[in-house]
Amino acid sequence: MQINMTVNGNEVTSDIEPRVLLVHYIREVLGLTGTHWGCDTSNCGTCVVLMDGQPVKSCTVLAAMAAGHDIRTVEGLASGATLDPVQQGFMEEHGLQCGFCTPGMMLTARALLDKNPHPDTTEIRKAISGQICRCTGYATIVRSVQWAAAHPAGGDTDATVDEVIDGTDTAVEDIAAETQDAEVKS
Amino acid sequence: MQIPAPFDYVRATSVDNALELLSRHGAESRVIAGGHSLLPMMKLRLSRPEWLIDINDLYELDFILRDGDKLRVGALTRHTTLLESDEIAALFPIVRDAEAVIADPVVRNRGTIGGSLCQADPAEDLSTVCDVLGAEAVIRGPAGERILAMADFHRGPYETAVGQDELLCELRFPIRPRAGSAYEKVERRVGDWAVGAAGASVTLAADGTIADAAVGLTALGLAHTVAEAAGLLRGQQPREELFVEAGRLAAAACDPVADQRGPIDYKRHLADELTRRVLRQACARAARTQEG
Repeated sequence: MQINMTVNGNEVTSDIEPRVLLVHYIREVLGLTGTHWGCDTSNCGTCVVLMDGQPVKSCTVLAAMAAGHDIRTVEGLASGATLDPVQQGFMEEHGLQCGFCTPGMMLTARALLDKNPHPDTTEIRKAISGQICRCTGYATIVRSVQWAAAHPAGGDTDATVDEVIDGTDTAVEDIAAETQDAEVKS
Repeated sequence: MQIPAPFDYVRATSVDNALELLSRHGAESRVIAGGHSLLPMMKLRLSRPEWLIDINDLYELDFILRDGDKLRVGALTRHTTLLESDEIAALFPIVRDAEAVIADPVVRNRGTIGGSLCQADPAEDLSTVCDVLGAEAVIRGPAGERILAMADFHRGPYETAVGQDELLCELRFPIRPRAGSAYEKVERRVGDWAVGAAGASVTLAADGTIADAAVGLTALGLAHTVAEAAGLLRGQQPREELFVEAGRLAAAACDPVADQRGPIDYKRHLADELTRRVLRQACARAARTQEG
């Protein structure tokens, strides 16, 4: 079947089998391998792309279902040589270790900030709760999103989250929040 | 790599068109909405439809509408929309309680209320929510429209009264004065199936006694609501001893199975404890409505 959609602002047209999943369409047909393919069961969230601005797990959307929609992948975050503030934040605050979860994390962060430009740490944690970082680098991912929120126009990459967020030690707060979460769950 | 078996795909352009497609392609066709239950089953080849009828373009089924003493919710309404609706949170706080713990935020962007109810997974939260709120399901088919109470809608795990050539179009929730509701789930981690959950809906009389109540359980082996608890609560002044007794009745009525999420004793304990909590919360919320 023939499908048309917009990917990172470009119109694309392809002839595909209806059973092709969006993640494979993006990676194999369009060659955009920045979108990672992970668990295949809509649990890990590394395959998250934006569909009409909303994060979706592209392993659980058919390419046919995305036809007619606007898709944004990690390749569409930067404009030219200018990184998106979220990408800058991940650099500044060491938001990635192995990098596998990073594309999905950054796209969810972009969608969160588009909807809520000043999220608190709880809101950031909730937004990425459907995504897994197997390096367990969540604290720095949260700080990276905070950095992006504090620098909506990007730039000034010398400032750190600690300086921006009232000079408080966010890492200590994170640990306190996690301990509290663990207590609530138990 | 998990890839579904081959199928043909067609997009419905209207409810009538969807019904026509269902009639034309018969028993080997399946409706797909959010797809977050059906696609994983197709990838595991547990489901092998020959035709997929995509209803995501049926925007006429994506609505939240107050209509007299009913709130009408379209079957294609996404979980995220339900979670974020202030109108729903004010009328039926149980919906926001439940939606906040359904899957994860990204999955909630796709999943729909109609899809969840039609999937009828025993660990699915909205079935319990609809049960205790006394919702009605509006189903359309070749013979026209029929409206079913939830007790008639459910047919057991993964089964509903929706026929092969029919489409669930809408849920209708009765709006009652002095009403409160609540839901609480225990899960091992975000997005996992429930270990157990409970939901309650309570309506108070003018004198503050309980006029009507319903308690439901999720993933604990109980279809429909806990009838014994409703009988106990009716006509009583809300108080802690009553909630404790209702919890005991819920634990006795349920029939959980032991699995990797816990042994039977633990799950019965959850039925008891969560029933107490949701009743306490539902009554408190109903009382606040009364004051307001």
